[in-house]
Amino acid sequence: MDATPSNIDLQRSNYDVDAIRADFPILASEINGYPLAFLDSGASAQKPECVLRCMDDVYRRSYANVHRGAYTLSQAATDYYEGARKTVARYINARSDDEIVFTHNVTAAINLVAHSYGRRFLQRGDEVIISQMEHHANIVPWQLLRDEIGIELKVAPIDEAGNLLLDQLAEMFGYKTKLVSLTHVSNVLGTIVPIKKVIDLAHERDVPVLIDGAQGIVHTRVDVQDLDAEFYAFTGHKLYGPSGIGVLYGKKDLLNTMPPYEGGGDMIERVTFEKTTYRDAPARFEAGTPPIVEAAGLAAAIDYVDGIGVENISAHEQELLAYATERLNEVDGITIYGEAQHKAGIISFTLDKVHPHDIGTIIDSRGVSVRAGHHCAQPLMDWLGIAATTRASFGMYNNKNDVDALVEGLNYVKEIFS
Amino acid sequence: MDDDVRELYQEVILDHGKNPRNFRQLEDANCEAQGNNPLCGDRLTVYLKVDEDRLIRDAAFEGRGCAISMASASMMTQIVSGKTVSQVQYLFDKFHKLCTGEIEEFPQDEFAHDVDKLRVMSGVRQFPMRVKCATLSWHTMNAAVSGDSETSTE
Repeated sequence: MDATPSNIDLQRSNYDVDAIRADFPILASEINGYPLAFLDSGASAQKPECVLRCMDDVYRRSYANVHRGAYTLSQAATDYYEGARKTVARYINARSDDEIVFTHNVTAAINLVAHSYGRRFLQRGDEVIISQMEHHANIVPWQLLRDEIGIELKVAPIDEAGNLLLDQLAEMFGYKTKLVSLTHVSNVLGTIVPIKKVIDLAHERDVPVLIDGAQGIVHTRVDVQDLDAEFYAFTGHKLYGPSGIGVLYGKKDLLNTMPPYEGGGDMIERVTFEKTTYRDAPARFEAGTPPIVEAAGLAAAIDYVDGIGVENISAHEQELLAYATERLNEVDGITIYGEAQHKAGIISFTLDKVHPHDIGTIIDSRGVSVRAGHHCAQPLMDWLGIAATTRASFGMYNNKNDVDALVEGLNYVKEIFS
Repeated sequence: MDDDVRELYQEVILDHGKNPRNFRQLEDANCEAQGNNPLCGDRLTVYLKVDEDRLIRDAAFEGRGCAISMASASMMTQIVSGKTVSQVQYLFDKFHKLCTGEIEEFPQDEFAHDVDKLRVMSGVRQFPMRVKCATLSWHTMNAAVSGDSETSTE
């Protein structure tokens, strides 16, 4: 039997993509008269029924503010919120629930570290290493800190395929290097960065590491004790949970040396007009009413993902990636960006003489949802010498039909532009 | 929906998109502005030569973008040449309202000939996320004649 990817039977394993699809109500939609082929999970994933139901249930039966009221509903809501912290801690193998800070998204988590850790421990002339393929969320917070206190930003290079150049990264460390802040998986190229190696490199030089796991935790198992990074940030909505909730994992001792980022209720021990003392992490970093129901929804999403197994999801996405790469390469005039050795289910491409936005609009008329643009990674686009790409990104529920719809959509684009 | 897509990507737009007219830097321009659409990263520069009577003698543009934004810029340079600043501002206002669906039709007035060209672009009404592509060059032209060096769709 020919072993080309198109002949791989996606049903061969126990992975039942039809059953998974049935758990996501939105996937039954028609868009412009065509079945929805949702290929933008890298921007935000769709939500399974159990997440929707959990959030609905909390609002209907268990909702009140957390940590405050001495009454039944407040206790029920607090149980959901703190229970979610336990679920997250268990999922990423944190040593303690206290290492899980709820934020609003990854952007907020990185800004928290830049403001709190950055202002406390970095000084003028200190260096932060990032990479060529960072999302704006892991560039701009450091630029704001640079403008404020005068740190320097160093950019680790990548090769043409999108692999991080580890040897060159290793040579960038100096006595002024105070932090490495790096993406786990490139949201444009799909590169899975060997973060464990980078963390080891940094730790040999006593440099702490922040990992932007927005795309990473969706496609790979994350064990924070094994990785040993000081910080790992991710967001709920890409992990099949709700928007409005993110997670900053941080080593407990480190978090407790960091000053508060936002001030307000729930993060204090004692307030007088003269002096306020702060609670330990994570409460210290969770001022004000938190995203209570979103936390419950995130926990439901994590339980759902864990039930299927991120390794199984990843294997399924790898098969789709191989199939999509093969099918897309059949389209005349296509260029695929990102051919790293280890790649997650993300494919960026351009089509000769057609701008990605035109592709996006035209294939949407055939029910296919993709992202078109610079993907909040303009420095990477500049490095690639292009303004924008079209990006298809896979979730656990995608199947070969979705890929076929994409290819048919691209043929329609070519017909219009012929 | 296929009809809407076909109406948006009709022959004349594809032609202007592929072969934009007046796609060059204007050496003796005395008004120019840069237009940015930060959401999609598209950028263009509009060059105008405006005489002392506020008459636009020549117009050109450079930049990158989708077929809609390139075609709109190309047509815009053709339309504004030979008109006064107040005339093109009037047209911009009407074109903008046509694209966003604020008005259904152009007023029947002295610009009937130009209006036929602009009407071609109005298919963008069915695609709210693409309206900015059609209006970026006009915003930029408006900034240039108003003395602003930079404008943004946001």
